[in-house]
Amino acid sequence: MITLILTLLMPAFVLVAGIVLGLLMKGVDRKFAAYFQSRIGPPVLQPFYDMGKLMMKQSIIPENAVTWIFKGAPVTALSSSVLLLIYIVVPYFLYLSGVNHFFLQAGDLIVILYVLAIPTVALVSGGFSSGSPYAAIGAQREVVLLMCVELPLAVTTITFATKMSAVCESCPSFSLTTIASHPVWNTMGPMGILGGMMLLLSFVFIVPAESAKIPFDQGEAETEIAEGLLAEYSGKYLAFIQMADGVKSLALVSLTVILFFPHGFTDLTGLRITGGGYDFTLAADVVLFFVKIFAVYFLLITTVRVIMARFKISQAAKILLLTITVVSLSGYMLIYLDTFISAL
Amino acid sequence: MIRKKISLKNLKRSLWAFHLNTGSCNACDIEILATLMPRYDAERFGIKLVGTPRHADVLLVTGTVTEKIKDKVLRVYEQVPEPKLVIVIGGCGSTKGVFQESYAMAGPIDNFIPVDVFIPGCPPRPEAIVYGIAKAWEKIEESEKRNGAAS
Ligand code: SF4
Repeated sequence: MITLILTLLMPAFVLVAGIVLGLLMKGVDRKFAAYFQSRIGPPVLQPFYDMGKLMMKQSIIPENAVTWIFKGAPVTALSSSVLLLIYIVVPYFLYLSGVNHFFLQAGDLIVILYVLAIPTVALVSGGFSSGSPYAAIGAQREVVLLMCVELPLAVTTITFATKMSAVCESCPSFSLTTIASHPVWNTMGPMGILGGMMLLLSFVFIVPAESAKIPFDQGEAETEIAEGLLAEYSGKYLAFIQMADGVKSLALVSLTVILFFPHGFTDLTGLRITGGGYDFTLAADVVLFFVKIFAVYFLLITTVRVIMARFKISQAAKILLLTITVVSLSGYMLIYLDTFISAL
Repeated sequence: MIRKKISLKNLKRSLWAFHLNTGSCNACDIEILATLMPRYDAERFGIKLVGTPRHADVLLVTGTVTEKIKDKVLRVYEQVPEPKLVIVIGGCGSTKGVFQESYAMAGPIDNFIPVDVFIPGCPPRPEAIVYGIAKAWEKIEESEKRNGAAS
């Protein structure tokens, strides 16, 4: 029964909640960015107003576009972002609520790594198919970014898998549930903590690069290549792309939270909240998760976006391929040494 | 016109502007940026500058139209999806201003595209620009009312 409910209702719920929360985060992000610049900023619900307007507007299909790819790309981007969110968030909440379900093992880091590429690839093909030179330039840049960010992300994945296989030998080491149930910081010596910090530092660059935010928004640089990838999109297709962007940022931030700060309420305080015969710990966990998401979103996306300028595409590639890969590799080395030493 | 049929109500909360320079002296353009800066902060009304006419709801046209840019103005206007507004900023665009006798100027802008609001001034102050946008919103409201009465 519960399997049926989960498989039928859960995707629909995550779709709606993901879009709403993603747009809300975008609004909060714009508000905070405005505070940084000592402006008042738009209302928090501004992205919803924007969506409402975009849905009403005419959607123009350019004459020399490949119509089916052009139309399909935004929807693909949105649905694959939602898929990503499902793979990241649902196993975590299943683990927190203690339900035993086959989906518990579904949140596999390697699957996530691949699904993470789909929205970008969809948008890139949409950009190439739109027949605008600006969109083609933007799409090329996006492909470069996609390839560059893959390497540090893979290193991080392997680090976590190595760590998990050392911590818990019988658990599936790539599974997010394993990572959530054995928070990395708990079992590490000083060297390992330093390594974890380095991985976190590399995530400060990986998350904006994956979600195409400043300083890594070369693909849609509105001041130099007229919004690049999105140059020809209008009306409801643009709305879909915006929603996909919100959901994808949300998924990335949730991934960061689950990788680095997966502590539930009980892990932190050792308490369970009960009242009137019900157990409210899960509710507390959900609230805690949202607080963490907002904090990480603020630090990793809003702050980075406001205090930095856009890199040139060559600089961005160099930074991601060399600097960030070296940072995450040294994180890997430190954590490996740490587990090695503590195993002695 | 098609413009009347689609509801313009949603533009009141979120207005994305594309800035089209048709040969202005750049003073008007700087004033548009000043409108977006912390002192006047147009973003709190949901106004945002976008980089491509495809995303725009309103064309902010500055400068009188030079002979060379005539047909490009039309092309950009056609690229903006319906419903759309056109706001002309500056004396140049409204009346040709100081370029009255110039052989190189084909303007003013309303010779080529339908204009909703003129904001005179050389250049107009940010207050005037915000007022002009408020006028555009008023216009939207009026057309809504007229449509409501007709149907
Ligand atoms: S109206 Fe005045 S300030 Fe504006 S573009 Fe013309 S000459 Fe320049």
